[in-house]
This record gives sequence, structure tokens and C-alpha cells, in this order.
Amino acid sequence: MTFLSEYIYYIGAFGLIFIGLYIVLVKKNLIKVIIGLSIIDTGINLFLITIGYIRDGTAPVFSKPGLKANEMVDPVPQALVLTAIVIGVAILALAISLAVKLYKHHGTLNLRKINEQKW
Amino acid sequence: MRKLFVILLLLIIAGGITLSLKEIPFGIPKTKIGDHFINKGVEETGSVNIVTSVVVGYRGFDTLGEITVLFAATIGLGAVIGTFRKNSVNREVEAASLIVYTGCRFLFPVILLVGTYIFIHGHLTPGGGFQGGAIIASAFLLMYLGCSNKRIKENLSKTVEMIGGLTFIAVGIIGLAIGQDFLFNFLPKGEPAELLSAGIIPIVYIAIGLKVGSELAGIIDNLIQKS
Repeated sequence: MTFLSEYIYYIGAFGLIFIGLYIVLVKKNLIKVIIGLSIIDTGINLFLITIGYIRDGTAPVFSKPGLKANEMVDPVPQALVLTAIVIGVAILALAISLAVKLYKHHGTLNLRKINEQKW
Repeated sequence: MRKLFVILLLLIIAGGITLSLKEIPFGIPKTKIGDHFINKGVEETGSVNIVTSVVVGYRGFDTLGEITVLFAATIGLGAVIGTFRKNSVNREVEAASLIVYTGCRFLFPVILLVGTYIFIHGHLTPGGGFQGGAIIASAFLLMYLGCSNKRIKENLSKTVEMIGGLTFIAVGIIGLAIGQDFLFNFLPKGEPAELLSAGIIPIVYIAIGLKVGSELAGIIDNLIQKS
């Protein structure tokens, strides 16, 4: 039980990453592959935030007097994830526009039919 | 067959990750640099929000790189979508229901106001340019959903985006001219937790907010108009 309470956040974050990897590797529909990439993105963001968490820590904002510096969570992963989320949205939009372009060219979103490769 | 192979592969990767993660305990301080930012951040940058002081103060140059990535993604989207031929068949767009229409007309200025508040107060409260920009873009998404006859003026959004990016770079170069390095904080830091404090940080964050907001709104506009 202690193992679960210690590592539940790591398990959640890597669970999301592995679900996304499974979708990317197995699914044939391009839209589903893009959804998988987005899930991997979410999992990585969650993992970075988890790395920076300190038990019973508050947000690193000195918004009112009386907050102690040694009770705050690590600000560096939060600053990384902050920018990564917005860039993730832009990359997602770029991927979707490429998918629309592929659909107009080939008339299908099935990856096996688009590049005719098997492995 | 393929699924079995993939599951086997993922299990092997999961095993490797478990071995290395056992060495990383959860919930205790891990980095020295984070301690330095929390203890010295307020007096060194003047910003009460430590995340903001990291994003714009200590690592402002990285943020310029991130904004460039966002800009490149937007340009790429415009280039890909710009190659589409105009649809000869005009799609019939069903008008939005009364609730969405009224909600869009009532909420659009309010959402813009909240987004502006969030990026102006980025150095005081949780928030900042990226979050405020995303909120502003969501207002434009609501406008496209509800009032489908309204459109963004493309030149205006491009101008706002350009002003945002140029302000960031100009502030950096002025810092290079006055102080010793790029994005040097040359303005007085003022009293912490005041609106006018932290030197160049509010200026840079307002520029980022305008740039991110107009870029994400431009992405929504491109995807709705031309595909």
C-alpha cells in the first residue's frame, strides 16, 4: 500500500505515455495517431510536474505575507510545462492541417493504404 | 501479432523505466537551482510569482526560443492550409442556437477582459502571457462557434502579433545596450507585490500575451476558414 501511495503519480504519468505509445504504434487511422501523440504530450507534462512536487508544498507565488520559501514546490518544471502546453496546441493544429492535406490528396486516412508499407 | 509485439515492447520499456524511477523518490526537494530561485527570486527579479521570474527573468532567452517555435508552427500551418484549393461548393452553415448566440455576444468582451487581466498580472498572481493568450484565443473560438458571420480582421491580428514579437526583441536589445547581457532588467524593480514592479517582466509578458493570443486566434481562423 505504501508503494502505491509513493508512486501513484509516476504510474499515472507513465500510464498515459504508454497508452499514447500503444495508440501511435497500433492504430491505422491518422486522426487516432494524432490523438495518441496528444496523450503522450499530456503524460510528459504530468511527469514533469510530478518530479517538481514537494510534499504539502504550496504554489511558488508569494501572494500574501507569511508564506515560507521552504514549503513551496519546485518552480522550474512548472515554468517548462507552462510553455510546453501552448506549443503542444500549436503542434497539434499543424498535425491536423497535415492530416487534412493528406485526406484531400489520397481520399483516405488509413495509414496502411496511404504509404502501402507493412512491417 | 502486431498488437502482441507492441505490448511486449512497451512492457520491456516499462520495466526499464521502473528500475530507474525507483531511485527517484516522490515528494522531496530534488534540485538546487529551484531552491535558489525560490529563496533569491523576489529580491533578484522583483517578481512575486517565482514561475514568472523563471520564465521571463532567469530563462527569458529560452522563452524567446519557445515563442519562435510557436511562430514557426503557425507559419507552417498557414503554408500547408494555403495550398488548399478554394471549395467550389459552398457549405451550408447552420446558424447557432439562441443560447450560444446570446452567450457569445455577452461573454466575448468578458473573456477578453479576463485574459488581459491574467497577462497583465502575470508577475503577481498565478498566470501570465501564455495562459492569458490561450484564454483570449478561446474567446475567438467562441465567437466563431456562436456568431458565425463575424470574422477576425487578418491584418489586425498579424499587426498585433508583430508588435508583440518586436517588443520582446526590442526590450532584449535595449538591455544588451544598457547593461551587459540580452534581456538585462534595466528598469527599476520597485516594491514587490505592486502592479508596477519587477522592471521589464510585465512588459515582456504583455508582449508574449498579445503574441500568443493573436497566433492561436490565427490558427483557429485558418482552420475554420480554409479547410
